Amino acid sequence: MAIIFNNGIFQNGFGIKFSRVDIKLWTVSLLIPVLAPIFLIFLWLVLASRIDNQVILPGVWEVGILLFHPTQDMIGMGSLAGNVLVSLLRVVIGYSIAAVVAIPLGVVMGYYGLIFRFFNGFLSLFRPIPPLAWVPLVMAWFGIASLATLMGIETGKLFIYLNNIKFSMLFIIFIGAFYPILTSTIQGVKTVGVTLIDSARVLGASENQIFRKVLIPAAMPSIITGMRIGLGIAWMCLVSAEMLPGSLSGIGYMITHAFTLASTDIVIAGMISIGVVGALMDMVFRRIELKKFSWRKQAES
Amino acid sequence: MNEESLEIIGIQGLSKTFTTQKGNQFLAVDKINLKIFKNSFTCIVGPSGCGKSTILRITAGLEQASTGTVHYAASPVTKPCAEIGLVFQEYSLFPWMTVLDNVAAGPEFAKVDKKKRRHDAMDYLFMVKMEAFKDSYPHELSGGMRQRVAIARALANEPDVLLMDEPFGALDAHTRILLQQELLRVWELTHKTIVLVTHSVDEAVFLADEILVMSSHPGEIRKIIQVDMERPRSRANPKFGALTDDILRELGNGMVKSQP
Repeated sequence: MAIIFNNGIFQNGFGIKFSRVDIKLWTVSLLIPVLAPIFLIFLWLVLASRIDNQVILPGVWEVGILLFHPTQDMIGMGSLAGNVLVSLLRVVIGYSIAAVVAIPLGVVMGYYGLIFRFFNGFLSLFRPIPPLAWVPLVMAWFGIASLATLMGIETGKLFIYLNNIKFSMLFIIFIGAFYPILTSTIQGVKTVGVTLIDSARVLGASENQIFRKVLIPAAMPSIITGMRIGLGIAWMCLVSAEMLPGSLSGIGYMITHAFTLASTDIVIAGMISIGVVGALMDMVFRRIELKKFSWRKQAES
Repeated sequence: MNEESLEIIGIQGLSKTFTTQKGNQFLAVDKINLKIFKNSFTCIVGPSGCGKSTILRITAGLEQASTGTVHYAASPVTKPCAEIGLVFQEYSLFPWMTVLDNVAAGPEFAKVDKKKRRHDAMDYLFMVKMEAFKDSYPHELSGGMRQRVAIARALANEPDVLLMDEPFGALDAHTRILLQQELLRVWELTHKTIVLVTHSVDEAVFLADEILVMSSHPGEIRKIIQVDMERPRSRANPKFGALTDDILRELGNGMVKSQP
């Protein structure tokens, strides 16, 4: 699409006209979000050359090479991509279980006062316990049992994959994601307008339909927000759990292990991967929030 | 007009007591007796808190009477039924649904096939002149438009009786008058039985065949007034003003009585 310059007016192939000011504004607005990272990298470059010590601060270039060759094996720890994938798989499974339990429970707790009172005291006792505080107990319970143990698979390629999905890890992720999702779901259902529920009842909705067609859609924006927060926490908990002794794969393991080998470049490459994966997952949810639930923000104003 | 004398809703000895948060008993409405005739337009007027909405909610099956009964045709009303629709003052449309899907919600609950219910819903959108907004969301509409959609949604469920709980209470004066005219048009088109609760005497005199004047603490029906003015009614008609005055005086008495 050619841009033709004519009397200070740009015109593209679609005949849409931009003034020079518009284009200037565009470039500026595109540039703003990358300014801070560029500054950080610059700072890193300067500091790395000043310090000149690979263990304290490796150069931008060394870390960059690792990031751009994600499938390369790293000193017998598996590849960067492989470890990220193992961690992601753990999160996806543990997180899905948390969502499947927390959402229905949250909906009935939000709707029926009696059920709320039944569960709330009990759940409040466990809420303040940090997910990582569960690790010793969970190790005692599950040890190194994994999905492979559950399915009775002991050899082959499948074993390697399934053996990486340890119950202890899944449990930690579950705890991390469970509470944000539960709390937001309860909150979302509790704030559904009484008139909406009454309207549905007058229009002939059954109790079941009120749940499926009124409460859940009405609470969905809140549920999605909880799922977004829960995913962030689950990801953080997992990486921390993987850093604990006994872990043999995953991005958290890779970082800790690289540290013991004084490979700070791998540590930083791993950290950047964690950040990028977390941000990408968050972005997906934000997209869903914006696209599907724009009605909420506008309906509230 | 022999058909008009057919009783469609009968309320006998209806009382409703609420328990307040402090545990006190509060008598909202007391010993209401009332007959609504088929195809009639009835308005209930009264001061705030006289229990007029409570009568409507019990009639719709949303709440239970403490004593007394409500009958639709010959059967007692204890839960919501398709024959009785209810239009709320506001915030009743499902915000995540388009206008068309909102109107088709009743048939959706009744598991009517998607294509058919959307097709039928369109007819009702035409009736309230909202067909151009079928794909809009409620938050994109003005208050008056939303109430048009709410009316269409209630009608799409094909009830015999349409209960309306201050349906125009949240609208500005101009929109309110416009929608009153529209409601009369829809009523004449569909031959529904309408019971409309309002605190606007003007609205009641403009719309109703019969006006029930209520007093509060406890809610009682003080007077039943037949309105024998030809439609369309003009607010400039001296009869209109005289009747409005009468009712306001009646309400004034009710208020004096209720003061300690």
